Amino acid sequence: MAKQRTEVADIDRSLYDFKDSEEGFERLAEGLTPEIVTEISRRKDEPDWMLEFRLKSLEIYNSFPDPTWGPSIAGLDMDHIATYVKPNTDQSATWEDVPDDIKNTFERLGIPEAERSYLAGVGAQYDSELVYHNMQDTASKMGIVYSGIEEALHEPRWEALIREKFMTLIPPTDHKFAALHGAVWSGGSFVYVPAGTKLDFPLQSYFRLNAKGAGQFEHTLIIVEDDADLHFIEGCSAPKYNVANLHAGAVELFVGKRAHLRYSTIENWSKNMYNLNTKRARVEEDGEIEWISGSFGSHVGYLYPMSVLTGRRARSSFTGITFAGAGQNLDTGTKVVMAAPDTRATVETKGISKGGGIQTFRSSIVVTPAAEGAQATVSCQSLMLDDESRSDTIPAMDVRAKNVDIGHEATIGRIGDDKVFYLMSRGISEEEARAMIVNGFANPVAKELPLEYAVEMNNLIKLEMEGAIG
Amino acid sequence: MPTTPLLSVTGLTAAVDEKEILHNIDLTVAPGETHVLMGPNGAGKSTLGHVIMGDPVYTQTAGTITFDGEDVTELSPDKRSRAGLFLSFQAPVEIPGVPLSSFLRATLAARPDRALKGKEFRRRVKELCAELDMDPSYLNRELGVGFSGGEKKKVEMLQLLLLQPKLAILDETDSGLDVDALSVVSRGMDLYRKTCDGSLIIITHNTRILEHVDVDRVHVMVQGRMVREDNASLIPWIDENGFESFEQGAEDAADADGQASGAGALDGIDAGDLSAVVER
Repeated sequence: MAKQRTEVADIDRSLYDFKDSEEGFERLAEGLTPEIVTEISRRKDEPDWMLEFRLKSLEIYNSFPDPTWGPSIAGLDMDHIATYVKPNTDQSATWEDVPDDIKNTFERLGIPEAERSYLAGVGAQYDSELVYHNMQDTASKMGIVYSGIEEALHEPRWEALIREKFMTLIPPTDHKFAALHGAVWSGGSFVYVPAGTKLDFPLQSYFRLNAKGAGQFEHTLIIVEDDADLHFIEGCSAPKYNVANLHAGAVELFVGKRAHLRYSTIENWSKNMYNLNTKRARVEEDGEIEWISGSFGSHVGYLYPMSVLTGRRARSSFTGITFAGAGQNLDTGTKVVMAAPDTRATVETKGISKGGGIQTFRSSIVVTPAAEGAQATVSCQSLMLDDESRSDTIPAMDVRAKNVDIGHEATIGRIGDDKVFYLMSRGISEEEARAMIVNGFANPVAKELPLEYAVEMNNLIKLEMEGAIG
Repeated sequence: MPTTPLLSVTGLTAAVDEKEILHNIDLTVAPGETHVLMGPNGAGKSTLGHVIMGDPVYTQTAGTITFDGEDVTELSPDKRSRAGLFLSFQAPVEIPGVPLSSFLRATLAARPDRALKGKEFRRRVKELCAELDMDPSYLNRELGVGFSGGEKKKVEMLQLLLLQPKLAILDETDSGLDVDALSVVSRGMDLYRKTCDGSLIIITHNTRILEHVDVDRVHVMVQGRMVREDNASLIPWIDENGFESFEQGAEDAADADGQASGAGALDGIDAGDLSAVVER
C-alpha cells in the first residue's frame, strides 16, 4: 500500500527576509586591526578607559584559538566581516525621526505596534547603532533608566556604574568571541531599575542586522537593584545573504537581593548567521533570574545563558526551545553556577530538528562546596522529525556540596507512528496529526514566550505533505 | 431478504515485517448488528481491528475491505474514520501538550457535516461527560497523560458518542477495568446502539461485558484465522469449554495453506485463498 511521509516546512522567513539599501551608511573596513578598533572608539567619543579596554580585548582575541568543540565555525572568516556599520541616522526618540526604510523595517517586524499596545519601552538597533530608544513617562518617573549604553556612558552618573560592571560577568578572557566583543562592541541597551521598583510592562530591545557580511556586537547591561522587578524582551532577525554574518553580543545582568528579572529572547537570525552570543546573570540572596530562550534562526549557534547564584536561596530557571532546520547546527543550553547555600535551579528545554538540522542541548550545572542544600532539576526533551536530522544531549554536572538534590532527565525521540495512527483513526489528517503532536511537544515552553512570538512560533510549526511511495 | 452489508471483509491477508499474521479473513457485518470477535490471546483479533482501520504498521497483502458501499482498502485511516469507521483502542495513546478538548474539537472539525459551534460543542461534550461519569475537568487535561486505564476507556467512549460512527470496533474496551468503569463502558455501548443505531464489533476474550448486550453473530479467531462463526449461543458454550477445540481447526487450515504454497496442491482452496497464495 502507498504510504505517505510528511515533512515539516522550513520556517517561513520571508517576513524577515527583506533588505534595505546601505546608501549613506558608513562602513568601516573589514577585518580586525588596532586601527579599526581605535576608529570605532573615536567615533563614539568614548572615555579613554574604554579604548584601552578595547585594545586589550583585541590582544586577547588574537591570542585565542577557535573553539575546539561544538559546531564548526570554519565558514566564518573574520578578515571579511565588517565590524562596524553605522546607519545614516542618529538615535531618535520618536519613530517619525527614523529614516523611512529603517522605520518600515521595524514596522514590518511589528515593533512600534507592540510598543503601543503593551511595552513600557523600546530600543531598536539597526546594524551597529541604536536608531530608536524610548520609554514611557510612567517608567522614567519611577526612576527607571532605559537608554542606549553608549548614551549612558556619556553621563558621569552612569559612566562610573558601567565602568564598575562592564564585562565583569563576561570578561574578555572568557572565550575568543567574548574578547572580540570587548574589542568591537557597539550599541546595545543600558537598564537600571532602582531598589524596590517594579515595572509591570516589559521593555523590549530589537536587533536588526541589515548589512551584508557584517557583525553585530551589541552590549546589554541590566541592573535590577534589591526588591525590584523587570521583564526584558530581546528579539533579533536579519535578511539572508550568501556570505557569513556574525553576531557576538554580550548580555550582563545583575539581579539584586529579592529582585526578579525575566529575560526573554527570540532569536530568528537568517541562515547565514553565526550566532556566538554570550549571556550571563549574577543573582544575589533570594533573587531570581528567569531565562526564556527561543532559538529558531542562524546557520550556527552557540548559546548558553548562564546564571551565577551568589546569594543564599538565589534561584535560576531556564526555559528554552530550539528549532534546527535544514542547514542549521544549533548548540544551545544553559549553565548554572550554584555558589551559595539553598540555591535552586530548574532547566526545561525542548529541541526540534528537521530537514537534516542538528540540534544539541548542552548544559553545565556546577555546585560549589558553599552550596549546601542546593536543588537542581534538568529536563531536556528532543524530537527529531525525520531520519536525516540529529539531536544530542550533553548535560554536565559537577557537584561538590553536601545535602544537595540534583535531578536530570533527558529524552530524545521521534513522532510515534502509534500516535499519528491514533489521531488519524479519529479523522484527523496526517499532516494535522503531526502538527498537533509537534505543537503539543513545544507547547509547555512556547506558552512562556511573549505573546506575539508564541503566535509566531505556532505558525512556524507549519506542516507540508509530501507524497511518496514507501 | 439479505440486506446490503455495512462492512464486508473478504480474503483479507496481512503481514507485519513480512511475516503473515492474518490469513484469508472473511467478515460481514450488516447495519445495526452487533458482532463479537473472540479468541485466545494472540489470535489476531486486535490486529484485524487495526487492519480494518488502516493501521500502517500492518501491510495488507490481499483481500478487500468494503465499507458502506465503498472500497476503503486503499484509504488512509483518517478517510476511513470520516467514512464512519471507528476503532476504540485497547491502549489509547498519550499526546502531551494537547488538551483533550482541543483534540475533540479537531476530530469534529475534520467532519464538516458534524462541526459544532463553540457553545454547542461545550454543551454536547458536557452532556456526554455526565452520561459517562466523567469529571468535565478532564477536558482541560493533556490527552491521555496521567489518565488511569478506566479514564482512558471513558475517553474512548466519549469519542464514540461524539463522533457517532456507523460501525465501531471496540478492542478489548473491557480489559483491566474495575466494576464501575465496566458499567460505564456498558452504558456507553448501550447509548451508542440506541442513539446512533450503529453496528458494533466487540473484541473480547471475556464474556462478562456481553451479559447485557444483544449479540447477533459471534466469530472465533485462532492463530490469525477465522475458525468459527455462529449465533449468540456460542458465547455460553465458549464460557464453558474455552477455545481449545478451535485450535485444531486452525492448525488444519495452516497445514492446508502450507501444502498449497509448498507443494502447489491448490485443489479444494477457494478463490479467496488462491489470491492470498498468489500474492505471496
